[in-house]
Amino acid sequence: MGATDGILTGAPAGEREFNVPYVTRVEGEGSLVLRVRDGEVTEARLKIFEAPRYFERLVVGRTGDEVIDIVARICGICPIAYQMTAVHAFEDAYQVEVPPVIRALRRLLYCGETIQSHALHVYLLHAPDYLGYPSALAMAQDHRAVVEQGLALKKVGNQLISVLGGRPVHPISVRIGGFSRVPWRRDLDAVRAALDDAVAWSQATVRLVASWDPPALEHPQPLVALHHPAEYPYNDGRIVSSDGIDLAPGDWGDAFEEQHVEGTNALHARTHDGKVYLLGPTARVTLDADQLHPLAAEALEATGLRDAIRTNIHRSIVARSVELLHACAEARDLIDGYRSPREPRVPFTPRAGVAAWSTEAPRGLLHHRYEVDDQGCVTHARIVPPTSQNQGAIEADLAAFAPSVLDLPDHEAVHRLEMLIRAYDPCISCATHFLDLRIVDDGAEERI
Amino acid sequence: MTAIAARPRLRVGIVKMASCDGCQLTLLDLEDELLALGDRFDILEFPEASSLRSSGPFDVLLVEGSISTPEQAAEIIELRTKARTLVTIGACASYGGIQALRNWSDHDVFRAAVYAHPEYIESLSTATPVSDHVKVDAELHGCPISPDQLRELLVSVAVGRRPQIREEAVCLECKRRGTVCVMVAQGIPCLGPVTQGGCGALCPTYGRGCYGCFGPREQANTGSLSRTFAATGRGDLGVSRLFAGFTGWAPPFREVIDERGGPPGMTPVAAGEGGGDGRH
Repeated sequence: MGATDGILTGAPAGEREFNVPYVTRVEGEGSLVLRVRDGEVTEARLKIFEAPRYFERLVVGRTGDEVIDIVARICGICPIAYQMTAVHAFEDAYQVEVPPVIRALRRLLYCGETIQSHALHVYLLHAPDYLGYPSALAMAQDHRAVVEQGLALKKVGNQLISVLGGRPVHPISVRIGGFSRVPWRRDLDAVRAALDDAVAWSQATVRLVASWDPPALEHPQPLVALHHPAEYPYNDGRIVSSDGIDLAPGDWGDAFEEQHVEGTNALHARTHDGKVYLLGPTARVTLDADQLHPLAAEALEATGLRDAIRTNIHRSIVARSVELLHACAEARDLIDGYRSPREPRVPFTPRAGVAAWSTEAPRGLLHHRYEVDDQGCVTHARIVPPTSQNQGAIEADLAAFAPSVLDLPDHEAVHRLEMLIRAYDPCISCATHFLDLRIVDDGAEERI
Repeated sequence: MTAIAARPRLRVGIVKMASCDGCQLTLLDLEDELLALGDRFDILEFPEASSLRSSGPFDVLLVEGSISTPEQAAEIIELRTKARTLVTIGACASYGGIQALRNWSDHDVFRAAVYAHPEYIESLSTATPVSDHVKVDAELHGCPISPDQLRELLVSVAVGRRPQIREEAVCLECKRRGTVCVMVAQGIPCLGPVTQGGCGALCPTYGRGCYGCFGPREQANTGSLSRTFAATGRGDLGVSRLFAGFTGWAPPFREVIDERGGPPGMTPVAAGEGGGDGRH
């Protein structure tokens, strides 16, 4: 692209530049630069200026159980995704078999995170775009019942996490071999009662968001998600794609890699043959449609939007709401089938080797790979969050979408572009310890 | 009530430095009170949740995250001039957070370990608490902060009184909760005796030792506790790793880590290039 000179010297004639210096209503700090020449997008770049925190290095020297606590702090919105990916990685390496009831509790915990994260995004971060407000608080002036329903759903997710893990942000009970403590059945009674309402609210959510008209976009991208024949993917499954990839959850590196992309210094994830791909609710409801809870499958069918979700990322709000319903319905079933195990965890012995796994975070496939010494301490780590994998797809979608907003006034065009980024529910805090920063080329005019 | 209602709405900002966003999320997690808070406060700046932006001035500014880049170091000084009351929220802003463990190591080693092109990474050689840079009026502790303490802070600023946040060890919360001491009964090492309460003794209640995420309590006798841990034969590194967590950079914990040769993974085991004193 070689557009660096243009950025530094200002836009030449015939060229138009859109800047979003700080993308709001996302987790973390990022900006967008989009350059257009003669109606053609020449550059679409989501930039990250979130401060690096070096997690891959911080976990060196730590034990598996310490890693579980530390990597949670990569993201306050999806700490369980990080804990789960790490715990499965270490259990796989240490050949620990957890009993089915522990496996079910972990799914329940992941349901809790999915509910709170998706309710947060659908209602507090994304809905204001559709209804025309700068924030959910502003939206509540006119649509109080909608915001209250979102908050009530989010609260159910947080209750679930709190029962299992002590607190909604950075819960504390996940340990290698199981949990530090498991709940009694009666501990789950209050949240079980709330889940009946939550199922009904999330059914209403699917109908509501399906009724909102999104900006037009016809741009299907390759999809990647975990797939498990018997369950909707959270903790377990094989990595599959719409292009035929099929890998064990620890073997992410066999098909994907982190690459430098011309014109930026950001590391993006690509397939080995250079393709960008899309993760998250859109990918999962498409690749794992047959594993949706019957209530969620029925709600998705009733929207008639299955194909539209596949081609227009703005419809991710529908996919996310279908998953919200799935998580509420499955959580209810899991609680109904729960009997406390005698022991909260099984013993384990660390061994040297590679501990690698992937799980489905609310925003998509999350991959961890640790090299471990014979004391059980990490010597090297790689963590690949969903947002850094989605970054290529975001930029490709921006390039496909931008021509449709060029005739709009600047502020409206910029709003539309920002809305598209938000449709991905990007988590920049997650991505940052991984993405390269471009502070060096971060010219003053881009910073504003 | 009418007197309170007649007050002008306080101008509030919520900003972040280097952090995970979890403490800001704790504000959004006050689900039952959030809309009422919106009625009582003018939330002018909260980019995680609102597209409206403001550069102040603020009656109250909540700051999440530690200071880790040159931009943040400049920004916090600028923000301080615009904030009547500046409150740090969480272990990162108040103590440096987990990322402050890199303060024991050569920054270049860290950059090179994570990034293919470390020369493009503009970050300071340390991650430090906000109070190292500007005057802080109040601190909320915890990783993450306690929703109850956040609620108390917001209520107190709304009515113009001092927040009433209990200063006591996690041990007292265990006693009040009726949790059997995990250290006495099971021999699990626990930072409860030297850690501020606020979590409700969560970890011991869940069968674990406290890992100190609310930071050291006042006059914490960390020397004595670390010698108790050492007496169980866990070695310097085994003791250091207990303190080298989310508030390890807080001075009473830092002293123990220094005495025991630095946090795990931070220092070369044999070569001894600079030992634990690589910080600037």
